[in-house]
Amino acid sequence: MISRKGYRPTNSVPGPEDVTRVKLDNGIVVLVRPNFNSPSVVVTGGLNVGSLQDKDETLGLSDFVASALMRGNQTKDFNQVYDKLESAGASLGFSGGTHTTGFNGKSLVEDIELLLGLLKESLFTPTFPEDQIEKLRALVLTGLAMRSQSTGEQAAMAFDNIVYHGHPYSRPDEGYPETVREFTKESMTNFHADHYGPKGMRIAIVGGIDPDEAVDIVKSFFGDWQNPSQKEVPQLPPWQPLGESKSVRKEILGKSQSDLIVGTAGPKRSSPDFLPAALGNSILGQFGMMGRVGEIVREQAGLAYYANSSLSSSIGPGPWSVSAGVNPKNEDQAVELIKKELTRFGSELVDEEELEDNQANFIGRTPLSLESNIGVAASLLHIEKHQLGLDYYIRYPERIRAITREDILIAAQKYLDPEKMVTAIAGPPLQE
Amino acid sequence: MFKGTDAFPNGVLDKTISRDGGYWNAMTYMDWTTYFSTMPADKGELILRVEADRMQNGIFASEDVDSERSVIIAEREGNENSPMFRLDEAVQAAAYQKHAYQYEVIGSMEDLERINREDLYTHYKTYYVPNNAVICVAGDFETEAMIKQIKDLFGSIPRGPELPIVEQAEPKQKEEKRLTVKGPGETPFLRASYHAPETTSEDFFILTVLDSLLTGASNLNLFGGGISNKTSLLYKELVQKEMAVSVAGGLQATIDPFLYSIVMTIHPNHQPEDLITVLDQQIESVQNKLPEKSALARAVKQARALFAYGSESITNQAFWLGFSEMFDDYDWFTSYLDQLAAVTPQDVQRIARKYLRPENRILGIYLPDGNGGAQE
Repeated sequence: MISRKGYRPTNSVPGPEDVTRVKLDNGIVVLVRPNFNSPSVVVTGGLNVGSLQDKDETLGLSDFVASALMRGNQTKDFNQVYDKLESAGASLGFSGGTHTTGFNGKSLVEDIELLLGLLKESLFTPTFPEDQIEKLRALVLTGLAMRSQSTGEQAAMAFDNIVYHGHPYSRPDEGYPETVREFTKESMTNFHADHYGPKGMRIAIVGGIDPDEAVDIVKSFFGDWQNPSQKEVPQLPPWQPLGESKSVRKEILGKSQSDLIVGTAGPKRSSPDFLPAALGNSILGQFGMMGRVGEIVREQAGLAYYANSSLSSSIGPGPWSVSAGVNPKNEDQAVELIKKELTRFGSELVDEEELEDNQANFIGRTPLSLESNIGVAASLLHIEKHQLGLDYYIRYPERIRAITREDILIAAQKYLDPEKMVTAIAGPPLQE
Repeated sequence: MFKGTDAFPNGVLDKTISRDGGYWNAMTYMDWTTYFSTMPADKGELILRVEADRMQNGIFASEDVDSERSVIIAEREGNENSPMFRLDEAVQAAAYQKHAYQYEVIGSMEDLERINREDLYTHYKTYYVPNNAVICVAGDFETEAMIKQIKDLFGSIPRGPELPIVEQAEPKQKEEKRLTVKGPGETPFLRASYHAPETTSEDFFILTVLDSLLTGASNLNLFGGGISNKTSLLYKELVQKEMAVSVAGGLQATIDPFLYSIVMTIHPNHQPEDLITVLDQQIESVQNKLPEKSALARAVKQARALFAYGSESITNQAFWLGFSEMFDDYDWFTSYLDQLAAVTPQDVQRIARKYLRPENRILGIYLPDGNGGAQE
C-alpha cells in the first residue's frame, strides 16, 4: 500500500512500486502515478468504442460522436462547458480511433475535480444539440476536404486500402463526406447508448496529486456509471496477406512534392514478434538520422527531407512501412532504393553493432520519453491496453537485450516479403 | 552542421547520441538558431563536447552542401504543398519592405538553388562564435560542476569578430494591404496580420492579453501545447455563427516588431468579406468598450496553466531559458506572469486602438482555384 504522505516515485520509469492500479466495481480501471514536482495534472484514458463499430454506410459515426460529446449535455450547454474549462486554463478533448475512443485532459492540480466533472458529464449525458451537430459537420467536412488535398494522407489512405482490402483497417476512421452528411441526432444518440459505458474504460492520472486521493475522486465521479445496454466489442476479422506486390498513384493537382509509402502489415502489439520487429524497424528507418533508409535516401542520395520507417503498435496487424517525401521526378529512384533496402533487411542479419546500438537506444531513451506527465500517462494506458503488466518498463531492458539478430531477421522475413509489398504514392501529375 | 567534424565525423554523432538514448536536433527561427539535445543526466558531457567542437570545427564539404541542398529543397517543396504556407509567405512578403522578416526562414527556392559553400561557411564563421552564443542547461546536475565543465570546454574558444550591425528599420505601413493567393484545394483561408510590438515592449504583454480575449490563450513555447479557444470573442462570433470553421491567433516573440496574426478557415457558405466585416466589428467593440476585469483575470490564469504545462519537461525548461535570452533575458521569463497580471482594461483598450487598425494590417486570402481532390 502506498502511504499518502511523503510519497515520491523511486524510479524514473513507472513500475508496480509507484503506480496505483485499481479496478472499480463497474469495470473501470484507474491508474495513477504521482509527480509532486508538477503543479498540473494529466487525465487521459480510453473506452472500447471506435470505427470498428461503424457500418460501411455510417463510417465516421464513432469519430463524429466522440467529437460531439462536449457540445452540450444535460447539465451544461456548449458555452457553459467551455467557459468552465477555459476559465481554468484547462483542456479536455475526445478523439475517435479504430478500436478506441480516447480522451485527454489537463489542468492545474487545483482544478482536477472540475476536469473530471466535465469528463463525466460529456461521457454520461451528451445531448447532441442539432445546431451543434451542424457546426461540427461543417468542421469535419472541411477537414475531409483538406484531407483530399493532402499528399501524405492520400498516400496513407491508398496504402491502407490495398494492404487491408476487405478488412476494417482499410477504412478511414473519419469516414467520407457522403457518410458524414447522413449523421443525425438520432443515429448519434443510439450509437452512444449502444457503445458508451464503463466496461473496458481505463483512466490514467499523472501529476501533483496523491494516488489515493486521485482514486477516490475518480470513484466519486465514475463509480456508479452503469450501462446494461453496452454492446460487446466486435472481434477483429483475420487479415488476409497479399498474394503479390501492388502499387497505386494518386494525382493531386498543384502540389510540389509527392509522398510515398512502401510496406505492408506488421505484427500485432501482443505478438512475440513485436519487439524484435520494433527493434529491427529502428535499424531500418529510425535510429540516428532515420536509420538505413534515412542514410540511403536522404543522406547519400539527397532525395528527401524525410525518409523513415514506422511500425504501428496496434491490437491487430498495423502497418509496417517506409515513408518519404520526394520531388515527383525522384519517385522511381526513391522507391527503388527503399525496396532494395527492404530486400537487404529481409535477407541478411543486421550487424552486431547495429543491434547493440539500437538496443542501447531503446533502453536509454525510455526515461526521456517519460519526462512529462503526458508521457507517463500514455505509457500507463499503453501497458493497460495491451495487458503488458505494471512491471513492463522495469523488465523492458532485459527483454530488449534478449533480442538477437536472428529474431530480427525472422520477423523481417515473416512480415516484410519484398514480393508482397504495397507502394502508394500521392503527388502532382508527372511531367512527360 | 550535422555533417560532422574531424573529431566527430559524419554519422558518428547521430549514432553515439542515439546509443545513449539521447535526442538531438536543431531549428532556425527568424531571429535565432538553436541546437538542442536531451540526454540521460549522466551522459550530458558528450553533447557539450560535441557543441564546443562544432562551434569551431565545422567542415562544410562541398559534396555535403550539394546533398543537403536537395534535401532542403525537398523540405521546401513539402511546405509548398500546404495552402497555409503559401498564404503565410505571401503575407510576410507584403508586410515588410526592408526587414528580413519578409522572408520565410527556409528561404526562397531561388536562394536554395544559388547558395554555395562559401556563403554557408561565411555565415558559420560570422555567427557561430562565443560572443553570439547562449548555452542553456537544465536537469539533474550540480550547477557549479556544470559551469566548470562548460568553462573548460567553451572558455578557450576565441571570440569571433564583432557581429555585423544590420540596419533593418522598417518604414511604417501607411495603408491597409490586401492580397489573394490562389492554389489547389477546396478550402479558403483568411489571415489578418497586424504589425505588432517587439517582445521587449510593454505593449507586447498587453497585446498578449488582448489576443487571449480575441482568439484564446496561446503558448509562446514552441514545444508546448495549448488549450481550446471556444469562449474567445472571435470563436463565438465567427465559428459559433458558422461564418468560419476555425479561428486561431497569436503573437510571436521576436527581437524586432513582427506580426500579430488571426487566421480563419472560411465556412463554405461564406465569403472572406463577410468575415472581415465581423472581425472589424469585434475589434471595434474592444476598442470602444473596456473589457471586464474578470476576463483579464481569466487570461492570466490561462497563461499560468500554460506555463505549468510547458515547464513540465526538462527539454522545455532549457528551451524557455534560451528562448527568453534571445530577445531579452531570463528575467523576461520569470516576470512574464506578473507582467500579464499588471495589465488593466484601459491598457487593453489603448493597445487595441494602437495596433488593430486597418491601415496597420495585411489581409491575405487563400482562394482555391477549383481543382478537386485526389484522383487515381
